[in-house]
Amino acid sequence: MTSENMDFDVAIIGAGVVGCAIAREMRRRDLRVAVLERELDVGRGNSSRNSGVLHGGFTYKPGSLRARICIEGNHGFDAVAEELGVPFRRTGKVVVGFSEDDMRSLERFKAVGEANGARGLAIVDGARLRELDPSARGEFALHSPDSGILDPMAYTLALAKNAALNGAEFFFDREVFGAVRRGELWELFARTGAGARDAEIFRTRWVVNASGLGAAKISAMLGIPGYTIRGFKGEYFVLDKKAGAALRMPVYPAPDQKGGFATHATPTVDGNVLIGPDSYIVEDFSDFSTTSARMAGLVRDGLKMFDEVKPEHYIRNFAGIRAKRVDPATGEVLDFVCEAPEHAPGVINLVGIESPGLTGALPLARRACALLAGREDTRPNASFDPRLRGSDRIAGTRFAAADDAGRSAMIARDPDHGEIVCRCENVTKAEVLAAIRGPLGARTVDGVKTRTRATMGRCQGGYCQTRIADILARELGLEPSEVLLGKKGSNLFVGSVRP
Amino acid sequence: MKSEKKAVVVIGAGPAGLAAAVALKKLGVEDLVVLEREDAPGGILRQCIHDGFGLTRFGESLSGPEYAGRFVDEAAKLGVDFRTGASVIGLDAGRRVTVATREGLVTYEAEAVILAMGCRERTRGALAIPGSRPSGVYTAGVAQAYMNLHNRMVGRRAVILGSGDIGMIMARRLTLEGAAVEGVYEILPHASGLPRNVAQCLDDFGIPLRLSHTVVDLRGSSRLESVTVARVDENLIPIPGTGREIPCDTLILSVGLIPENELSLQAGVALHPRTRGPLVDEFFRTSVEGIFAAGNVLQVHDLVDFVSLEAENLARAVARHLAGSLPAGGGIEVRAGEGVGYVLPARVGGKEDFTLSLRARRPDRDVALRISHGERIIKTIKFRRVLPAEMLRVQVRAADLAPSAAGSESRRPEPLEVSLTC
Ligand SMILES: Cc1cc2nc3c(=O)[nH]c(=O)nc-3n(C[C@H](O)[C@H](O)[C@H](O)COP(=O)(O)OP(=O)(O)OC[C@H]3O[C@@H](n4cnc5c(N)ncnc54)[C@H](O)[C@@H]3O)c2cc1C
Ligand SMILES: Cc1cc2nc3c(=O)[nH]c(=O)nc-3n(C[C@H](O)[C@H](O)[C@H](O)COP(=O)(O)OP(=O)(O)OC[C@H]3O[C@@H](n4cnc5c(N)ncnc54)[C@H](O)[C@@H]3O)c2cc1C
Repeated sequence: MTSENMDFDVAIIGAGVVGCAIAREMRRRDLRVAVLERELDVGRGNSSRNSGVLHGGFTYKPGSLRARICIEGNHGFDAVAEELGVPFRRTGKVVVGFSEDDMRSLERFKAVGEANGARGLAIVDGARLRELDPSARGEFALHSPDSGILDPMAYTLALAKNAALNGAEFFFDREVFGAVRRGELWELFARTGAGARDAEIFRTRWVVNASGLGAAKISAMLGIPGYTIRGFKGEYFVLDKKAGAALRMPVYPAPDQKGGFATHATPTVDGNVLIGPDSYIVEDFSDFSTTSARMAGLVRDGLKMFDEVKPEHYIRNFAGIRAKRVDPATGEVLDFVCEAPEHAPGVINLVGIESPGLTGALPLARRACALLAGREDTRPNASFDPRLRGSDRIAGTRFAAADDAGRSAMIARDPDHGEIVCRCENVTKAEVLAAIRGPLGARTVDGVKTRTRATMGRCQGGYCQTRIADILARELGLEPSEVLLGKKGSNLFVGSVRP
Repeated sequence: MKSEKKAVVVIGAGPAGLAAAVALKKLGVEDLVVLEREDAPGGILRQCIHDGFGLTRFGESLSGPEYAGRFVDEAAKLGVDFRTGASVIGLDAGRRVTVATREGLVTYEAEAVILAMGCRERTRGALAIPGSRPSGVYTAGVAQAYMNLHNRMVGRRAVILGSGDIGMIMARRLTLEGAAVEGVYEILPHASGLPRNVAQCLDDFGIPLRLSHTVVDLRGSSRLESVTVARVDENLIPIPGTGREIPCDTLILSVGLIPENELSLQAGVALHPRTRGPLVDEFFRTSVEGIFAAGNVLQVHDLVDFVSLEAENLARAVARHLAGSLPAGGGIEVRAGEGVGYVLPARVGGKEDFTLSLRARRPDRDVALRISHGERIIKTIKFRRVLPAEMLRVQVRAADLAPSAAGSESRRPEPLEVSLTC
């Protein structure tokens, strides 16, 4: 079956942090915007599979797009975090060293960073290093005070919600598999529904390729062949908040010969610790599984950086796949691409958006919009509101983060705050309901998880998953077999025990 | 915010909290409240619809809800004050208990706090099991809750990792509901649950128990499609080349229980390195004045009958604490010697008789349990067989302790040591 969908000015393929940022920026203008995403929610790709570091911009080649969007994104982050209520802390970061070789690398970084416009970089001695982070080992370090940590999922969601509240239309379960240029328009074919042959056509004047790992394929589909994406997988351990108390800021070892960073320890805004990522090439871009050999490596290397890499603190493992654009002949990693070439009319193409794509998502989005504005006149959207409000803001609104007086007030306002659904993270029923009922509401257990943190604590849903599954079924009118963990087909149940 | 004074606040209305409350009432402690986050009392027993509970205590085989029901009825008769839908979210060393309810946040200032929060299950993440992250992976207790409390069927073809009691009970439950259970895989060379469960839940249903095996990979990006199991060596490391992929849509984990210790830690209660529950003395006193603990929050029990018993002993101590008649904390350390996994209490005063509970480190035959104090062996008990799955309980008479320890306060008293050897 094929159904047709309305006409859009802009259709964005991919609802990762980049696609969501572009949707929001595009809605500053009077444009009809669609976001097409194959998963059932935003940010299910690499945007939720990374270190959550707001990078300082001292490792990227001066003048590169990567370097520029990183610095711009870093310096501008306070503003967008404030507008959207995204949990974020400018913790600073240290890259520690032991040897003369290390010192030379750190000095090189400092020079590169300064050329890029990074602020406040300093080589500090061991004493100052221990003052900055008592858990850090090393004789000396490069300190980047501008680096920070943010909640990548919250950021992606906040951008998406704000875009949606400003009128961008999100279409989930739409995998774009074909594109045809007809006159002045693009027709995009998207797979949807249960049957593999169900397709929907989206007609649009502009297509934005923000498909992350799919970027080379989509790019070729849109008439820009020749890009190669190589997937570099990185695995992580998530450690308990009990371990988190010991770490104040990301602590990286000085880079190895190839210039890559080995396994490091990164605190999260919620107080956990990430150990990882490592790096190895993979062929299958949809396989985010973790492997025993790599996990053993993470523990071995992680222990060199952080004492608390202990089994009693293990909460979970996950993996991301860096979408690096490479020269297929030499394997050399190439710069980010953000382009609208003449020979591919109506296409804005983003390729190779690996790290620091999270840090630089907004600057990339601005550039994508500027490319469109360079081709045609657009009117501003007078009713655009850059702010999120109320419980759509995460920073400062969570029950868990409130003090007793604040919690009392929340329960008085809404007694559903008096029911704790997730005991590890103190998430209330009111928060779960808001996650489901709010803009771009959660449709799956993972959707509730990424919006509220329920199931993310040390019991991993042992207490709350049953409750969340019940609330989802009730709110969305689902049969037992329709309650999903996250992906299409990820049903939690095969039916009822008794009719 | 409302604040109330209470003689005793009990956190958790599972078998431990219920038995403690009932016993305290009978001992004349009236100013008591039991806080329970669920809608109903009963604790984990609410979802244990199989029978086998109460054989020791009542001499008959009850289901979990029936067993809990006896205590709930008695508590109701005695007029125990229950608050359900009340999650304790804060506890400090000054015994301020903060509770979230639909009516608001309530604070109790208690003379004595009883920790009876039970335990939680170890998860896939805690074991760092590699592979993909599909749906269909459940801890045994969660699967049990889904099936028995929520009427949700979790899968059609299951593999069970870990031979804990709940895992074996779920193997039987799934089989009875028409699912195929491919096997129970246990990393240790022996079952970790009770022999009666191996017999009644696995053998009777022809479900294979594969020892020295573990799960090394999961496949399926949406719903689980298969797991790979492999044999492990004596260091519990998977042996390359022994992997076998088993198609299944469900993986049930029964890989251990951990005391629910978030509140204990908030209050600054010191934990036992092995049980991960509070360190207590023979009066169930934790390291924080006025905070007591019993039941699964203290040590994971295999039989609920002993949970009730433990909580009743605790209640007597709490009543004496309120009356100011408990002796000062004891200085005799109790150590787990050879063959013993752990022993509780961790220290005793030794002026009154007490009970030790302990677990064997490994299954063994014809062993002697020896309790020595200093140079002297004060008790020897022979066992035909010991299993880590079965908690051992031993009475110790104060009169048997070496006089130097019970008597003089000046010297550091000698430790008590418990061993299980041939
Ligand atoms: C291990 C790792 C660590 C990282 N650490 C950091 C860090 O600390 N700081 C930082 O700034 N950056 C970091 N990054 C980089 C950052 O995560 C990415 O650059 C960023 O998330 C990219 O966002 P995106 O929207 O381009 O891609 P994605 O988040 O992958 O989104 C692409 C979306 O497109 C969808 N899609 C793909 N094909 C199709 C199709 N055909 N039809 C419909 N939808 C489609 C996908 O489902 C996906 O949702 C890290 C990356 C990795 C892998
Ligand atoms: C899944 C499972 C199956 C078992 N099967 C058997 C069996 O077949 N036979 C047998 O003899 N024994 C069995 N046992 C052992 C026995 O039933 C348990 O040891 C016993 O239930 C422990 O009692 P408890 O009161 O310590 O803990 P629980 O029964 O776990 O009760 C603890 C209570 O505290 C509440 N609570 C926790 N934290 C808070 C808080 N912050 N605020 C308010 N309330 C809180 C919980 O909701 C719960 O109701 C089983 C145990 C488990 C875990």
